[in-house]
Amino acid sequence: MKLSLGPIQYFWPAQRVYSFYEQVKNWPVEIVYLGENVCAKRRELKLDDWIRIAEELTAAGKQVILSTQVLLETDSELSRLRRICENKTYKVEANDLSAVYILKGVRKFIAGPHINIYNVNTLKFLYELGVDRWVMPIELSAYALEKILVDKPDKLETEVFTYGHIPLAFSARCFTARMHNRLKDQCGFLCLQDQQGVALYTQDSHKLFNINGIQLQSGVPCNLIAAIEQMRDLKVNVVRLSPQPDDMKTIVEIFRHAIDNTLSKTDIEAWTAEQAHGGKWCNGYWYAQPGMNWQSKTSFKVNFNTENSLSPVE
Amino acid sequence: MVTVEQLPDLVCPAGSLPALRAAVDNGADAVYIGFSNTTNARNFPGLNFEMQDVVRGVRYAHERACKVMLALNTYPQTENWHLWAEALENASDLGLDAVIMADLGLLQYAVSHYSNLPLHLSVQGSATNQFAIAFYYEQFGIKRVILPRVLSIAQLQNVIGATPVEVEVFGFGSLCVMVEGRCIMSSYVTGESPNTAGVCSPAHAVSWEETTEGRQSRLNNVLIDRYKPDEAAGYPTLCKGRFQTGSDAYYAIEEPTSLNVLPIIPKLVEIGVAAIKIEGRQRSPAYVATVTKIFRTALDAYQKNPQRYKPEQDWLTQLQRVSEGCSSTLGALHRPWQ
Repeated sequence: MKLSLGPIQYFWPAQRVYSFYEQVKNWPVEIVYLGENVCAKRRELKLDDWIRIAEELTAAGKQVILSTQVLLETDSELSRLRRICENKTYKVEANDLSAVYILKGVRKFIAGPHINIYNVNTLKFLYELGVDRWVMPIELSAYALEKILVDKPDKLETEVFTYGHIPLAFSARCFTARMHNRLKDQCGFLCLQDQQGVALYTQDSHKLFNINGIQLQSGVPCNLIAAIEQMRDLKVNVVRLSPQPDDMKTIVEIFRHAIDNTLSKTDIEAWTAEQAHGGKWCNGYWYAQPGMNWQSKTSFKVNFNTENSLSPVE
Repeated sequence: MVTVEQLPDLVCPAGSLPALRAAVDNGADAVYIGFSNTTNARNFPGLNFEMQDVVRGVRYAHERACKVMLALNTYPQTENWHLWAEALENASDLGLDAVIMADLGLLQYAVSHYSNLPLHLSVQGSATNQFAIAFYYEQFGIKRVILPRVLSIAQLQNVIGATPVEVEVFGFGSLCVMVEGRCIMSSYVTGESPNTAGVCSPAHAVSWEETTEGRQSRLNNVLIDRYKPDEAAGYPTLCKGRFQTGSDAYYAIEEPTSLNVLPIIPKLVEIGVAAIKIEGRQRSPAYVATVTKIFRTALDAYQKNPQRYKPEQDWLTQLQRVSEGCSSTLGALHRPWQ
């Protein structure tokens, strides 16, 4: 299995982005997804700037993929999309069918987590159009994935969103602007101040969501470290980690160890038990539960005898 | 003098046979229905059509020159694919006028097995721009696209000008502020989403409680809202709850309001909208009758005398009464051009 870093979901100042990827060069990840895919107004970096980062990461031995926007509404957004899709050097991750429209039949590409692939027929259809790696929709379970993979095209690679705040929804509204009582058109780029979004709590103090501009995320990051072994069994090819501002190096290293089998189950359990205390993470989707749930029993395995749900293997 | 030759179709919701009759009797050009299972995005208990009701409904509508469309707009999974495939076969056999779909694999299956069945792209297909629409058109020959409720009028006009596909927009009802088909908030909290189970914030996960701090609504135990004694309580749809980033709770995502395009009907006709959809298969036949009748009256009044069209106060009052949160908005449609 390979390790990938997904695109940065937050709006970081250019300097922060540069210094982040400067560090990534030395991290044990094979694949790096680059680019802005949340808000069209976030333009701290232009395409040329991303390409420069891509060149440096490539020189450092990483496979670089240019990731594209999820919600596209205007002609200028579409022409920016076209420029990314028509670059000659880097592979592209499509997150909307507008990108698939440009890429299909022209070159191999990746179907990102926002292309709805819920069954094998859809997967095969996209494979015929040139998809050679797909990222499983985040709300699907291990059970659903197993069913899809039974009959998947041989050469198609599978990637799973394994760590990070889950993108739950995208809107034409901006929730950061709303929070500051501003109109989206006069947002003043206030999300630039939030290096990891803004936590949204219920009235009884449960951290439910995370506001990130026009995107709404899970309140806590998803963490599927305990499922790595299962992913290996399912022949998942790539494990995706979503960048966060703090401790990313540590997270990358822990997942590297988990993938390389150099971290014992006891170590994983110790780490998760210590960190998950107080609802720091969620992992419910993988176990066919509400996504916000945290399933601490690492002995949970897919039980294929059960028709619709998972049950613990004792 | 401006004349209006072609009005947009008025497409109305029918969650039951009585609702279908209410829509047809009050002037719908088309109704949309779903089977009683997970194959459509309003998979609620006690709602939707069994086979014999579809037959009766289609007959009733067709005898009165009204079309019937089938919503088959959730995403089949590998092991329950057969439910959607059967639904397509039934749609073809029962003479439905169009099928509204979102899943790529299913669209391809429909094209290869039922080539005569007109296909509409569901709002769950998340098509928000002309390239995405072009993709669905080129691959599946879709006849119509239903756009997510995220575009401004200018963006809508731009999209309509750039595609040969008919464009349908939402005109009235609950306002989804997220790009439909890409919102998994509901499954994050309850395990079930529109894409996987045809539901959003499902009723079985709802609970109410009276506390010293007021009446509270919860969804799978998560506190969605808390009401003062004199406050009207609404259904705890996740995105319409009151949450907080600091000390004050507010509608952090969206106020509980309804979409209402009555004031901008002239603009919608002018830019070439092909159909206006009323939301609410989960609502009562009385709701369907009221909203259908008012929109029919408004469209006809506009056609008769476009220059003098203005929504009558009585229409707005009646619509207000059936609106969620008893208020309405133009949603994203009122936004200025970027």
